[in-house]
Amino acid sequence: AASEKKPGEKAPGEKKPGKKKTGENKPAEPKGSQGEVGEKKKKVKRHHASRNPVLARGIGRYSRSAMYARKALYKRKYTAPETKIEKKKKEKPRATITKPVGGDKNGGSRVVKIRKMPRYYPTEDVPRKLLSHGKKPFCQHKRRLRASITPGTVLILLTGRHRGKRVVFLKQLATGLLLVTGPLVINRVPLRRAHQKFVIATSTKVDISGVKIPKHLTDAYFKKKRLRKPKHQEGEIFDTEKEKYEITEQRKADQKAVDSQILAQIKKVPQLRGYLRSTFCLSNGVYPHKLVF
Amino acid sequence: VFKRFVEIGRVAFISFGPHAGKLVAIVDVIDQNRALVDGPCSGVRRQAMPFKCMQLTDFVLKFPHSARQKCVRLAWEKENINEKWAATRWAKKIEAREKKAKMTDFDRYKVMKAKKMRNRIIKHEMKKLQRMSSKKGKKPEKSEKPEKAEKAPKSAKVQKAQKAQK
Repeated sequence: AASEKKPGEKAPGEKKPGKKKTGENKPAEPKGSQGEVGEKKKKVKRHHASRNPVLARGIGRYSRSAMYARKALYKRKYTAPETKIEKKKKEKPRATITKPVGGDKNGGSRVVKIRKMPRYYPTEDVPRKLLSHGKKPFCQHKRRLRASITPGTVLILLTGRHRGKRVVFLKQLATGLLLVTGPLVINRVPLRRAHQKFVIATSTKVDISGVKIPKHLTDAYFKKKRLRKPKHQEGEIFDTEKEKYEITEQRKADQKAVDSQILAQIKKVPQLRGYLRSTFCLSNGVYPHKLVF
Repeated sequence: VFKRFVEIGRVAFISFGPHAGKLVAIVDVIDQNRALVDGPCSGVRRQAMPFKCMQLTDFVLKFPHSARQKCVRLAWEKENINEKWAATRWAKKIEAREKKAKMTDFDRYKVMKAKKMRNRIIKHEMKKLQRMSSKKGKKPEKSEKPEKAEKAPKSAKVQKAQKAQK
């Protein structure tokens, strides 16, 4: 295959890096398009096939130095090598710092290394850990939501102190938990988080499209606060723990803001208010697997 | 003692199998267990069907044995079997059962409220009549009134149930 590239003959403006696609390389590299757009658009850069025939997978016929010669890389140098002056002028990160030292007759300052040598070398090396694949931390997990749960769905809570109550679903939070509200005046369920797995989604939906949920309602807002200052002795630890939960003013304000919008929508559907006030229960002859929710 | 017989033209309801829930007419009897059956207006092809999966209805059509599908269809439409069937209590019970199975949680709540209201009205009326009769001694009026009182709240409940199943 006759190579199109004859760098000696091309006009001086042509300094495009003609990347050669070998069989093993990924062909997804951009073709130096920034240089190309400004300069000649007529010439389409054709890439040469791999000049290194494959003997077996991963093994080529020619060595590195032979390939250097075959690819004519001696002709394809695009930057001049760094001279000693340029090397000296390069900015290196600071290695030492002078710090002031107190006390009499101490000389006033010391020169201290910023990156110090290790103070301890273990006698036995720790063995390398095996590579693991696809083990992500919780914050990077994929969050899923059942198709039956959409904003405005009436859910039945199955666990917790509000079990059996029917609540309105608002949105899914960043950790995957569902933000849910009673509304408070209907069934005494405040703005709260619920777990998707412990909830039955009914097919009854409230139109929540016009409801604006404040942005500051996140997981951090709902997370339980625990103060941990174990400076006390044994006897005092139990007093400082906040046993009684106090409802802050901000929670009340947020509750009011969200609920007022939702109540307006609930009033439009007949009997929905009474439905949300009631609790779910099973009785004789009622089998959950046979019920249509 | 037996009122419905297997005969040519008897309309049967299929209770189980691939054609469960459809009506067919018996065209001919093959042997002790099977019949040649055809349901042109209910989407059942002409085929042999065991008697076990058929349940006889009250309707009989007039056509000769082994009549072809066209004749069966004519007889069926002349008698208007589809409408007559929908008007029977049997078909209505089936329909009600299906609707009940499809009720959602919200519907169940609405039905419960409707039932509660209806029972309250009935009980109220009964108590009134009982009080009246106990005060004035036994009176013949007592037996007439409960029927009229029941009809009124019943219709309200049916309406509610229909609204719920919508």
